[in-house]
Order: sequence, then C-alpha cells, then structure tokens
Amino acid sequence: MAHLNRKRTVHSMSIREKRDLYAFVGFTAPTFILLGIFIFWPIFYSFYLSLFKWNMISPRKTFLGFQNYRDMYNDPVFWLVVKNTLLMAFFTVIVKMAISLYLASQLNKKVKGSSVYRAIIFSPTFTANVAIAMVWAWIFEPTYGLLRVVLKPLGFPMIDWIHSTSHSLPAVIIVLIWSGIGYDMVLFLAALKNISMEIYDAALVDGANSYQIFWRITFPLISPTTFFLLITGFINVLKAFDIVRIMTEGGPLNSSNVVVHFLYQNAFQWFRTGYASALALILFLFIMFITLIQNRLSKRWVHY
Amino acid sequence: MQNNSIATHRFYKIVSKIATHCILLAATITIGMPFVWMLVTAIKSPQEVSIFPPIWWPEVIRWDNFVTAWNTAPFGRFYINSIVTAAAGVLLGLITSAFAAYAFARIRFKYRDFFFLLMLAAMMIPGQIALIPNYVILAKLKWINTYQGIVVPHIANVFGAFLLRQYFMTIPDSLFDAAEIDGLGHMKIMLHVALPLSKPVLGTLLLYLFIQKWNAYLWPLIVTSKQDMRTLPVGLAMIRSAEYAIGPEHLMAASIFVLVPVLIIYFLAQKQLIEGIATGAVKG
Repeated sequence: MAHLNRKRTVHSMSIREKRDLYAFVGFTAPTFILLGIFIFWPIFYSFYLSLFKWNMISPRKTFLGFQNYRDMYNDPVFWLVVKNTLLMAFFTVIVKMAISLYLASQLNKKVKGSSVYRAIIFSPTFTANVAIAMVWAWIFEPTYGLLRVVLKPLGFPMIDWIHSTSHSLPAVIIVLIWSGIGYDMVLFLAALKNISMEIYDAALVDGANSYQIFWRITFPLISPTTFFLLITGFINVLKAFDIVRIMTEGGPLNSSNVVVHFLYQNAFQWFRTGYASALALILFLFIMFITLIQNRLSKRWVHY
Repeated sequence: MQNNSIATHRFYKIVSKIATHCILLAATITIGMPFVWMLVTAIKSPQEVSIFPPIWWPEVIRWDNFVTAWNTAPFGRFYINSIVTAAAGVLLGLITSAFAAYAFARIRFKYRDFFFLLMLAAMMIPGQIALIPNYVILAKLKWINTYQGIVVPHIANVFGAFLLRQYFMTIPDSLFDAAEIDGLGHMKIMLHVALPLSKPVLGTLLLYLFIQKWNAYLWPLIVTSKQDMRTLPVGLAMIRSAEYAIGPEHLMAASIFVLVPVLIIYFLAQKQLIEGIATGAVKG
C-alpha cells in the first residue's frame, strides 16, 4: 500500500512538474525575450560595434581594433566630458542630499500642513524633464529672467548662465538639485519616521545634546537610506541627458557636455557609431563597477 | 519660578515652530516658483514678457497664447502619439511583468533563483548602452518612425515584475492551495486569485509607468525623425529651435500642454504616489 502510494505520488509529481515547467517558461518568456534583445544582447553588440568605424547607414563597416578606445583616450573633449560628468554628479548629489535631509528633519517635526509642503516639494519628481529644462532656461535668461530678480539686489552682475563657459554647468547642476530634492526628502522622511522615539528619549535622559543626537543616533540609523540615495543618485546623474540637451546642448564649447549627451552627439548627430559605442561601453563598465562597490560596501558601512 | 520656566519653554516651542514653518515655506516657494512662473509667463503679452523687473500678473490674461502655441506645431498629433505609445507601453508592461512576477512567486522550478537573479541583473544595466544597438535593430525591422519602435524596446519592466512578485508573495498560501484543489491551472489562478487581490499595487504601478512613459524624451527623440511621429516632449523640445522663432510666452504655454495630464494624475493620486516611493515600493 505504502509502496503504491509513493509510486502514485512520484507519477503525479512529474505531471505537476511538467505543468509547472511549461507555465514557468510561458510566463517568463516575454520578459526574457525582450530583455535579451533590448538589454543583454546590446552589451555584446556595443562591444562589437566599438571595434569598427561605421556611419550607421552604409552597409560597410571598417575594422579598427581598439582604435576607437585609443582615440577616446587621446581626445581632450572626452576627458572634459568625463570631468564635467563627475563634477556634476558629485555636486548635485552632495548638495541635494544635504538639503533634503535637512528638510526631511523639519517635516518630521509633525508640523501642520506638512502634506502640502511635501506634495509641492516632491512635484518636480514627476514633471517632464523637457518642461523643467524649458522653464529653467527662461529663468536663467540674462535680461528678463526670474533669477536676475533674486541676484540683482544681492549685487551680482548680469550673468548669461547658459551661454557662459563658466556658468553653464552650474546652471545644469542647479536644475538637477532643484528637481531631485523632493525624492530624496521623501525617502529620508520615511527613514526618520522609522526611528523609535524611545531611543531619543533615552538619549535625552542621558543628557545628550541635539548635535550628539543627530550624529550619534539619527545619522547612523538612517545610513542605509543615505547610502542608497548616494549611490543611486550618483548613477542617475551619470546617466543625465534631457536637461543638458534642452538647456545647453552641452555648450558652449563643451563646457556643460556630459557622457550620455556626448554619446548622443557622436552616435546620432555625427554618425560616429564606433566611437559612440566605445563611450557606451565605458559608461556601462563604470556604472557596473560602482554597483559592485555598492554591493560590497553596503555590507560593511551601513548599520542596519 | 516654575511658572516662568514653563512660559519660557512654551515660548521656545512657538519660536521653533515658526522657524520650521519658515524653512519649509522657503523650500516650497523655491520649488513651486518655476511652475508659477511658467503659468504667469504663458498668459502674458510679448511686451509684458520683456520687462525688467518682471511683472507678477499681466494686465489682460492672454489665453490666446495657448491657441497660438498649439498651432505652431501639430500638437494634436503629438498628443495622440503620446497617448497611444504611453497607453500601449503601460498595458504591455503590466501584462509581461505580471506574468513574470507570478512565475517567480508561485511556480516551482529548479532554476528559478538563477533566472530571478538574471532578471534583476537587467535592472542594473544602464539603458544608455542599448541606444545604438536598439536603433540598429529597429532600423533592420523598419520600425523607425513607428509606434512599435517607440514602445517595444521598453516594454519589459523588471522593476514592475519585482514589485508585483513581492506583493504576490504576501498573499496567503491557503488561497492558492484552495484554487489548486479546485483544479485551476496557473493561468486561472493568476487571473482569478493573484491579480484581483493586487489591485492597489497594480494601480500604483500603472500610474508610475504612465508618468515615466509620458515624460520620456531620449528614446522617442532617437527613434522618430518625422514630425508626425513625435511624442509631446520631443515635439515641445523641437519648437524651441530657432526656425520656429516663438517667444517665451508661447514656449511656456506649450510646456503646460505636456504637464497637464501628469499634473491631474498627481493632484488626484498624490498621496498614493508619494507613499509608494516612501515605502520603497517604487523607485523614482
């Protein structure tokens, strides 16, 4: 009897297993086919294309080996673009996170109307970058721009932000900070709300001052969120395109050009497909490298 | 003496409350001002736009700026293109990610964990590396300047699949077991058990996907060269170029065309959208 039972179970299991297998393959196939064609395959194809000189239209590709990478290494514009991208990522993320943590700590004080404050400060997160760039280009306008209303009383001279080699990158950074504060603030606020009041009460009883409370208690306890926002924020700025494209087109003289915009120009304006593919591959490797570091460090640095 | 210290304490409390409001108000004004400025500019006359210091409200509200802006480019067509591509992208994205999510949450399979990690790996890969290869693939398929060209490369949504899987896994096993005992297959269990119980998260995901696709700029820009196939953000960016020679008041009016649908969604579902992000449900 027991023998018969086991046999039946094994038999029915295998039907069930088969059914599960078919269902699994059928259910996941659309996702994996699409990911395969449009995400995984492009990595290899980008590497392949980066070894050629090609204008994307002609049927003929000329094999160059690693010449595109050598050209990139010797191209001062490439290094300027890398410098701009890293400066932009660094300043945007640091300033944005500092402001949003401060605002989150204010919002956490249970003030009246906090949901209204939160909703407005968060709103740029969902606003089309194209529209954001349009209105900011108009705000930065040197003669009639809104920013001049603020800067003139402070004694600043008239600045043509967008057409100045020294101010175009800061202008883009200001817009990225403005549009990113809300998202960081909402995540910081969620992290702050997770800290139990008892810890603060205990610290107050022990005579800790507010400076100590922030650096010894709050800051370590929200470190997972801080770390997450730091890394994802950094990577997101490395990938920035829209604001740069609309506001400055990377100019003047590449002073606000960044990696993805430079890639776009090479690929779709100058038809240097091979060179652009080499750029894409370098960006990919750099972002993968940061992601890897994130996985390693999050275990060591972050207090859970 | 004690009374006095209570009074001082209360005084400090009020002062600190006022300070908090001042800080938050300053931040709110800084973030909100560009939106206000966009609207105010859009209803000014060309003369009122070129005044410094600027005026805060026009003498006569120029609603006709919106009509002029609408007629500078085929904005009606842009709207249709945006609605069709966003709706198709959202629908197909929800369907594919729901199926994948169900498989990873409920179907037993030996290599399930491997495939799950493979899918998550796709989330880490920056889409920028795929711009050129995808363009080449679509050119071979003759999909440049088509709706499917705008939509198909971005259907697969790993984040959505991940989010839905996490949600499916919170549904009690007993419900699934009951359905299995009733002899339902995976397809029916998904349609009649898993999806109906996941309506809130499906709704949030739908809104996020829609906003994301509605605002998308880089890919639609690359894959459309005919004016008739442009989506709203691409069309809006286009009219800024010199050949259109239109003033700031019309540019701002046209920008508002792009913002309106998302603003309506945000106004209606603001709490749901922000809370979704706050609970880590959806990345921005």
